[in-house]
Amino acid sequence: MSINWFKYSSPQTFFPLAGKLALWFGALALVACGAGLYIGFFVAPTDAQQGEAYRIIFIHVPAAWMSMFLYLVMAFWAGLGLAFNTRLSGMMASALAPTGALFTFVALWTGSLWGKPTWGTWWVWDARLTSELILLFLYFGFMALQAAIDDPRRADKAGAVLALVGVVNIPIIYFSVKWWNTLHQGASVSLSKAPTMAATMFAGMIVMAFGFWFYSIAAALMRARCIMLERERASDWAVEYAKGST
Amino acid sequence: MLAALRCVIHRDLLLATRRSSDVLTVLLFFVIVVSLFPLGIGPDPELLRTIAPGVVWVAALLASMLALNRMFAADHADGTLEQMLLGATPLGMTVAAKVFAHWLISGLPLVLISPVLAIQFDFPQELLGVLALSLALGTPVLSLIGAIGAALTLGLRGGGALLSLLVLPLYVPVLIIGAGAAESAASGLGGDAQLLLLGALLVFAGAFAPWAAAVALRVSVE
Repeated sequence: MSINWFKYSSPQTFFPLAGKLALWFGALALVACGAGLYIGFFVAPTDAQQGEAYRIIFIHVPAAWMSMFLYLVMAFWAGLGLAFNTRLSGMMASALAPTGALFTFVALWTGSLWGKPTWGTWWVWDARLTSELILLFLYFGFMALQAAIDDPRRADKAGAVLALVGVVNIPIIYFSVKWWNTLHQGASVSLSKAPTMAATMFAGMIVMAFGFWFYSIAAALMRARCIMLERERASDWAVEYAKGST
Repeated sequence: MLAALRCVIHRDLLLATRRSSDVLTVLLFFVIVVSLFPLGIGPDPELLRTIAPGVVWVAALLASMLALNRMFAADHADGTLEQMLLGATPLGMTVAAKVFAHWLISGLPLVLISPVLAIQFDFPQELLGVLALSLALGTPVLSLIGAIGAALTLGLRGGGALLSLLVLPLYVPVLIIGAGAAESAASGLGGDAQLLLLGALLVFAGAFAPWAAAVALRVSVE
């Protein structure tokens, strides 16, 4: 008995599945984020050096992880779409981009909120901050390019080329920014000095990371559903669905 | 194949010399942008000497970006590009030839005039060579990366602003390493490491960027 790997590669079959999955992952995201925030704000001990301000890492660190991870996932779908010419891959890539940009922005924003009480400044040209900022620009470029192209097939492919070029560039950007910083002066503040972390803090962060991950899946699938309906609006199943839902 | 490439380069250069005002505009833009910085920051020679490589590099980056629009636009408008896509010469090679011609027109003049501008900033004379060399290695990388962006935004509305949004983040490593070469030479560390890195970037971009730009062109013209 062979498995049909391509069963869900058509919008018609994937659309209902995406709806169910989005619901489940959305629920999981709620549970995980609730639990993570509870651990972060009520269970985890106060940090000896940074006081209560450190608690923002329960949002900041998972958001930063997701921002980088989502770009890779986006590039993966984009590459798949370019290689196999599958319609859904491009839709997934464009559905992931806004969520990735959101997390990049959240990471930058919470980072500066954390930096003010701890470092005494909203922003430093630290290697990680700078490369995160450039990552945000890369997301914006991807979205702007897709928005400027009317033909969805061309938008998918052009976006895919850009995403792949971006993936190749990310390590180069990261290292050049790192060297740039160290060449000028030693970083006066470093994000990597973190003292050994209490187990509860780590647990809170991991749970939050899973929460953000599930949220990303749910949000991307919901957005992909909208894109599918929009692009397949002429097909029978989409018309059926639109009739049924109104 | 080499004959075809020579033909492409020759044709692009000929077209550029027939419309030499385009070339001059980019060069003048570079000169003006660099000259604006002392007016905005103040004429303190100590400060100007420190920021000279950075200012020259940022201006070169903007100027070369300004010229990117023209890389494929005219060929796209008159149908030459479609013939290149259909032609027997591998598209990546044709793109590489076009990028080289484009650099000769828009990048090389910037390299040649950069020492004069750096003198305006009281930049040490013995380091002018390092600055020019860093630009000579770096501006082709800008043209190569820019070719991908120019190919992706071919014929799109709002092309210019969109192109800058796509291309500028990708320019960051070149800017950091390029401006760093003259800066670290000025601080007595020597710019060899950065120049070698720029060379590595050039080799890397030269190998892959024409190919990526060719894929992008096929997507855009399809």
